[in-house]
Amino acid sequence: MSDATMESTVPAAPKSSLHRTDARTRKRHAAEKRFKAYGIGAIAIGLFFLVVLTVSIIRSGLPAFTQTVVSVEFTMTQEQFDAAEGQLFKTKAYSAAFNEALVSTLREKGLEVETDAAAFERILGKTGGTLREYYRANPEALGEEVDFELSASSRVDGYMNGRVTRDSMEDSRFLEAADLDIVDALIDAGIIKETFNWNFITGADSGVDNPGGAGIGAAVVGSFFMMLVVLCLSLPIGVAASIYLEEFAPQNKFTDLIEVNISNLAAVPSIVFGILGLAVFIQFMHLPQSAPLVGGLVLTLMTLPTIIISTRASLKAVPPSIRDAALGLGASRMQAVFHHVLPLAMPGILTGTIIGLAQALGETAPLLLIGMVGFVARGYPEGFIAGFTDPNSAMPAQIYTWAARADVGFYEKAWGGIIILLIFLLTMNILAVILRRRFERRW
Amino acid sequence: MSVKLTASALAIAAVAATSAAARDQVQVAGSSTVLPYASIVAEAFGENTDFPTPVVESGGSSAGLKRFCQGVGTQHTDVANASRKIREKEIKACAENGVTEIIEVRIGYDGIVFASQKDGPAYTAFTQSDIFNALAPKVMVDGELVDNPHTKWSDFNADLPAEDILAFIPGTKHGTREVFEEKVVAAGCEATGAMAAMIAGGMSEDDAEDACLEVMADGRAVDIDGDYTETLASIDANANGIGVFGLAFYENNTDKLKVATMAGVAPSTETIATGEYPVSRPLFFYVKKAHIGVIPGLKEYAQFFISDELAGPDGPLAQYGLVSDPALAETQANVDAEGAMMN
Repeated sequence: MSDATMESTVPAAPKSSLHRTDARTRKRHAAEKRFKAYGIGAIAIGLFFLVVLTVSIIRSGLPAFTQTVVSVEFTMTQEQFDAAEGQLFKTKAYSAAFNEALVSTLREKGLEVETDAAAFERILGKTGGTLREYYRANPEALGEEVDFELSASSRVDGYMNGRVTRDSMEDSRFLEAADLDIVDALIDAGIIKETFNWNFITGADSGVDNPGGAGIGAAVVGSFFMMLVVLCLSLPIGVAASIYLEEFAPQNKFTDLIEVNISNLAAVPSIVFGILGLAVFIQFMHLPQSAPLVGGLVLTLMTLPTIIISTRASLKAVPPSIRDAALGLGASRMQAVFHHVLPLAMPGILTGTIIGLAQALGETAPLLLIGMVGFVARGYPEGFIAGFTDPNSAMPAQIYTWAARADVGFYEKAWGGIIILLIFLLTMNILAVILRRRFERRW
Repeated sequence: MSVKLTASALAIAAVAATSAAARDQVQVAGSSTVLPYASIVAEAFGENTDFPTPVVESGGSSAGLKRFCQGVGTQHTDVANASRKIREKEIKACAENGVTEIIEVRIGYDGIVFASQKDGPAYTAFTQSDIFNALAPKVMVDGELVDNPHTKWSDFNADLPAEDILAFIPGTKHGTREVFEEKVVAAGCEATGAMAAMIAGGMSEDDAEDACLEVMADGRAVDIDGDYTETLASIDANANGIGVFGLAFYENNTDKLKVATMAGVAPSTETIATGEYPVSRPLFFYVKKAHIGVIPGLKEYAQFFISDELAGPDGPLAQYGLVSDPALAETQANVDAEGAMMN
């Protein structure tokens, strides 16, 4: 009996206590910890790949920014100039004259090298184009001694940065093992050296046998003009369309249909816009092929949905009280939109536009069919308007073209091009972040 | 701001409309095998003449000829590069769209080589029969035509390594595919007696010829639709694979690839020029005659391309790997006279 009384007087242990974690709480805490670990793991994996990617891009791309040059003073006589200009393949005659001068310079310097003209043809890159351009622009330099730094051939460049080694190379038309002795002697004499490759940043594409002369500058200009077209067309059209749809359009089946279509367009593969561009802009409207104008128009179509969607989102984010207040004070709907809603939505619109532009900047597929992918070595356009209509390539298209070429020298150029493209994309994205930080309003 | 931007957009559109009619550069599209040569010529053409540098696009012989045949007018290409001769039905398609006069220009020859990873299995000597035995759906075993039972190269030729059969061959939009089928697979079909067996089995000669071109689609032969760099990447990833390349591409990548002889002959510009190496093909480009005089520099580009200085044995094209055409002088005379093809 007493047992029973004991039991009844001692209070029953509480089912749960704040001082004691029970199994269920522990389980929930463990789940939370696990979830945090998953998150950290996901970020770590992401970071790992980012690091691997960045390192491999930089390691493969950096050689593109250095260039092996043959630095030598050279005198071209009026006779040599006239003889070269009289030929069909003029640049070859320039190269030959340069080779001859190089051989005799070496003899004068007393360098013990075999002076075989064919070997120098293999060591030197394509020098004729640069020489001809220089002497045509500066005829007064004829007969004078001029210091030239002309690019060496792709294999000599590879030898300088370790891509080509004595063990790995085989004698071929392009370079023989014996040529490397000459190269070594020229390096010792300070005639062959490495310099920063400005031509890569400012130049245009070159033929497949001349990777040393290839540059991405012209493609940057092409991309710039395309982005100008995209900006000038897609921003006003996109913003106007979104304002109408968001603020003025009645809600009915027709506007619903438009909305569905805009969302759909955002998901259309970009190559489809390229096919459309070829059919409509080139074959129907007869716009010039390979022109940044057409590229820009095609990319505008691609960017519009992105801009419309982001603009509508930022218009929606403006609180209705602001519209109501404006309307209540007697503003018309247009005044309410343009004086109050649009300025408040502007940071979001600009961010969306910049992200859309960055997306368009990296796009290759739509350009495939309108002639901007391939060998487009036109160089810089001769004026602002020509920039839109002259054939040109774009950065991603240029990278794609280089990656497909046989000479390994171009592979480096492709990676170097990726670095330049990434720098542009990074700048645009940072700009978008800054704009958002600076002007965003929270309610 | 929007108003200003719209105004400038309209201005651009207006400029575009006025300048749409004029095009001052030659527009070329077609074979990715001819592309390197065309780009060398285009660069030199821009450097050596006062005409602008032509634009050369890639995409394959068939795609290039299709675009070429779409019509006359500045919105269409002027030149089609091809690694095979234009087909009858393509000439017809051209004519239907008003492209009636086409100048055919043969620029030289190119060899097709079989190469594999430099340190991979010893694929050093093939014959056409080996390739046929490896890739054809029906082959001869002990005098009978049977479904291809081979899985390793050594199954039918003890001299070849005991490795799984894997070949990366050009896709059907490439002109190279046609040469591969005709000069390798079909030749092997005839040499092994499979063709005779097919005819004996009741096939007509034409059907047997077509059947001889077939390649198995079970994963041992992989079509590469891109450029040779894609084939090279596939070879890099598969030590037991062999790939079909152009001679010039192989010569540019001798540090990664080793080449196999075909029927005992090693590929080189010399053996191709003499005709000893069996798998070679002529390379062409086609010029739209109606555009000569409309597009500045078009005829000059064609003449420049096949001049002795460029396409001759000492020119930059031969330096890059083109086997120069012994009959170049005839081609030059034909281009000078603007002689169109006979339909």
